[in-house]
Amino acid sequence: MLALEFDETKCANCKAVSCLVKCQYMDLDKDEAKIEWQKVIKSEDSPVLDACTTCYACEEYCPFGNHPFYLIVERQEERGMFTAPRPITKQWINMCEPAGKFRLGKVKEQALSFCFIPALRSLARGRLFESALPSWILGAEFFCNVVYLHFAKTSVIKDRLPKITENIEKQGIKELICLHDECYGSFNSLAPAYGIKVPFKTTHYFEYLYNKLKEHKDAIKPLNVEVAYQRNCSARLVPETDHFVDDIFGLIGVDRVEREYDGENALCCGEIIRMVKGYKLADDVQKRNIDDIVNAGAEYCVFNCPFCYMALAEKMAKRGIKPIHIIDLCKLAIGEKPALEVG
Amino acid sequence: MSDMYEALVKIVGKNYVSNQKEERYFYGRDPGLMSPHEPDYVVMPRTTEEVQKIVKLANKEKIPVVPKGGGLALTGLVIPLKGGIVMDMKRIDKILEVNERARYVIVEGGTTEGGLKSYLEKHHPSLRHSIPDAPPIATVVANAVIHGQGRLTQQYGFNSDMVTGLEVVLPTGEICRIGSCSISKYWFSRGAPMPDLSGLFLGWLGTTGVITKMGLKLYPRKKIRDVEVFVTDKEDLVPDILFKLTHTEMVEDINIWCQPHPPMFRENHHVTILITGDSEEELQFKKKMIWDALQEYIDSKDGGFMWVMPDAKPTFLEMPLESLSKFADVRKGGGFEYSGPIVLAEDYPECSRKLAELAVKYKLTYSGMVRVIGRSHCIMFGFAYTFNRADLDEMDRVRKALHEVAEFALEQGGTHWKPTVDEQKMMMERMDPDTLKLMGKIKGLLDPNGIMNPRNWEVG
Ligand SMILES: Cc1cc2nc3c(=O)[nH]c(=O)nc-3n(C[C@H](O)[C@H](O)[C@H](O)COP(=O)(O)OP(=O)(O)OC[C@H]3O[C@@H](n4cnc5c(N)ncnc54)[C@H](O)[C@@H]3O)c2cc1C
Ligand code: SF4
Ligand code: SF4
Repeated sequence: MLALEFDETKCANCKAVSCLVKCQYMDLDKDEAKIEWQKVIKSEDSPVLDACTTCYACEEYCPFGNHPFYLIVERQEERGMFTAPRPITKQWINMCEPAGKFRLGKVKEQALSFCFIPALRSLARGRLFESALPSWILGAEFFCNVVYLHFAKTSVIKDRLPKITENIEKQGIKELICLHDECYGSFNSLAPAYGIKVPFKTTHYFEYLYNKLKEHKDAIKPLNVEVAYQRNCSARLVPETDHFVDDIFGLIGVDRVEREYDGENALCCGEIIRMVKGYKLADDVQKRNIDDIVNAGAEYCVFNCPFCYMALAEKMAKRGIKPIHIIDLCKLAIGEKPALEVG
Repeated sequence: MSDMYEALVKIVGKNYVSNQKEERYFYGRDPGLMSPHEPDYVVMPRTTEEVQKIVKLANKEKIPVVPKGGGLALTGLVIPLKGGIVMDMKRIDKILEVNERARYVIVEGGTTEGGLKSYLEKHHPSLRHSIPDAPPIATVVANAVIHGQGRLTQQYGFNSDMVTGLEVVLPTGEICRIGSCSISKYWFSRGAPMPDLSGLFLGWLGTTGVITKMGLKLYPRKKIRDVEVFVTDKEDLVPDILFKLTHTEMVEDINIWCQPHPPMFRENHHVTILITGDSEEELQFKKKMIWDALQEYIDSKDGGFMWVMPDAKPTFLEMPLESLSKFADVRKGGGFEYSGPIVLAEDYPECSRKLAELAVKYKLTYSGMVRVIGRSHCIMFGFAYTFNRADLDEMDRVRKALHEVAEFALEQGGTHWKPTVDEQKMMMERMDPDTLKLMGKIKGLLDPNGIMNPRNWEVG
């Protein structure tokens, strides 16, 4: 059985208890946080387990690379807790169960992963993907499964993720370019935390885009627009990839507005919160986030995750903000048409 | 018989009568499970007067007449079980009048659902009718004749409850107007405050006359529509969920569905909640009422709203639902029949268990599809088993399963909807004897020669 590599001694010596103190959904001071966190560690009842919205952020808040969120999920599952309603949890588990319906391009040693998200395939078009494109994979067989953290079901991940890595390896892939941020998080944060071997190299698509843009430098016409960036939950698992957002923006002449809910203080898209906590908190999170973008004077909101896009695009468009996926933004900068549009 | 053919040609013209093999083959069957039986003639009248002449002729010659709309009732109701004439109503398809302020439309006997929908969208964009999810060639009149249900049924009852007047050619040839239109140029009421005679024709499956015109209530078309899907894995909770939802009076339509394929739908019961509004604020207000009404299930983790992604919404919002027709042909071969008894909402758990149990017993693919009628006053529970027409064994298994459904529905205290001839018999066997006698008297009075859609609602 795969076990989480969690180092309790780090917590014993931790003064700030940032994992809980910084949490945007709980109001705990250091002392309270320390007490509650010890309860979580000792597998005792703690309101933390109920209050958690599964935003992933504490994975980033912990300065010691311990895995507080993964531990919370472990504890929730041990208790048989459901974060989302049980039927919704079942629906998600059933939805992504591999059923032999995966699709492949002409797979080579380097391949693009569209995870189990057809929208990513629509995005990956044009000159930036020309050379890599024939080689791609798409389907539940390659689905990263990280989403089950939201549903207190690490067991599903432990069961499926090793098979997923096997499936990818079987295709002869040596380097996987992850177009889904969460896949990259899965292979670079979650898999190591559980001792799951990833027998291929993974590249975040940000890095891929950045390099491709450099290759097409002559084709870039600076966009000269002010944009807000919608940071997604899985970005918390791999914050080391964040700098690429600014690197890319720099290349294509885009200005990232300063706003309250960016960086560590980002707000998630809210749709998972809708499922696990109901509409009131979800609406509040979405409203604060969009108000913030409007107030910051951004013309565009740039998305990393296609699901965040689906959750927020229409709502943003109604407030006069143009939603765009970062791949589409790059395409725009070299004179190509975006793939995702609202309505 | 050739005299009959000539006589029909004289009424409607050569192009609109046939006694040829091809037409007789085609009009001798429907997409369901009932064995075919061919008519002797197929005729397509264009006017009420032509209908009248055909019916008079048939009555004189004591030849059966079976009115047919889209032929999509699926339960053999347009199969001419004793031969005779199939009267295809599709040429009588004008939309005669829309009274925008009094919100009603007058359609002819063969106007299609799709035709009425697009006409209203184009000419009266603030009005709509209660469109069923049948393919768009289904006819408005036939849908009311069988007490169909549509998008507005949760708010206003069976589609037949929305009828505001009729013009009927009686089996003996008289043309009768029913409702306010019998004394006025306005078609605003089918009866009240006079005796309501529409009950002599609605629900009778074409056995008491041919409806040539019908008035139908129209309703406000709101500018925006949206959908929420509430999901639970406990069928026992569904009646309560419906009670709470209908209490809000905020919903356009409620459908419930359960099916094992694709896998994401298995184990769960899905309540599709359609909402309308003229503004975002109105929509949001209604949504909040609905969310609040169901919050307790979210808190107990027994139910929740599924995330309907923007690209999936059109599938839920389209009218009619194309997905239903697609499911109907999932086994290919063009065969489909469902039994849709009308039962109480509290019967949902039993019905859904029966649906799955019979699917296992007869090795069938299934889908349960429910439409809420009124404020949860009752529901139509559709037991749908698809089959491939080329697979006789599979057809037989579906037949057996639906027969069990028919018995089960009556045991539950329900009634059959658009019943097959056998189901009609089952109901009549259970019917209060005096009621049955009354039905017999009415039928005998209206159709003394028994020419109209014979073997249906045949008392005694
Ligand atoms: C995929 C699918 C989905 C469906 N969904 C729905 C739904 O959501 N709601 C619903 O209510 N139904 C539904 N149905 C069932 C059916 O198709 C509809 O009820 C449809 O409206 C029936 O109309 P029709 O013109 O096909 O009737 P037909 O089958 O042609 O006729 C039905 C009955 O009416 C009689 N009749 C026809 N015209 C006249 C007339 N002018 N005067 C007197 N009697 C007449 C016929 O003799 C027959 O007895 C569905 C069917 C399918 C295949
Ligand atoms: S998980 Fe990290 S932040 Fe939290 S108490 Fe332990 S070491 Fe500190
Ligand atoms: S995942 Fe988010 S909500 Fe849950 S404890 Fe961590 S920071 Fe708080």
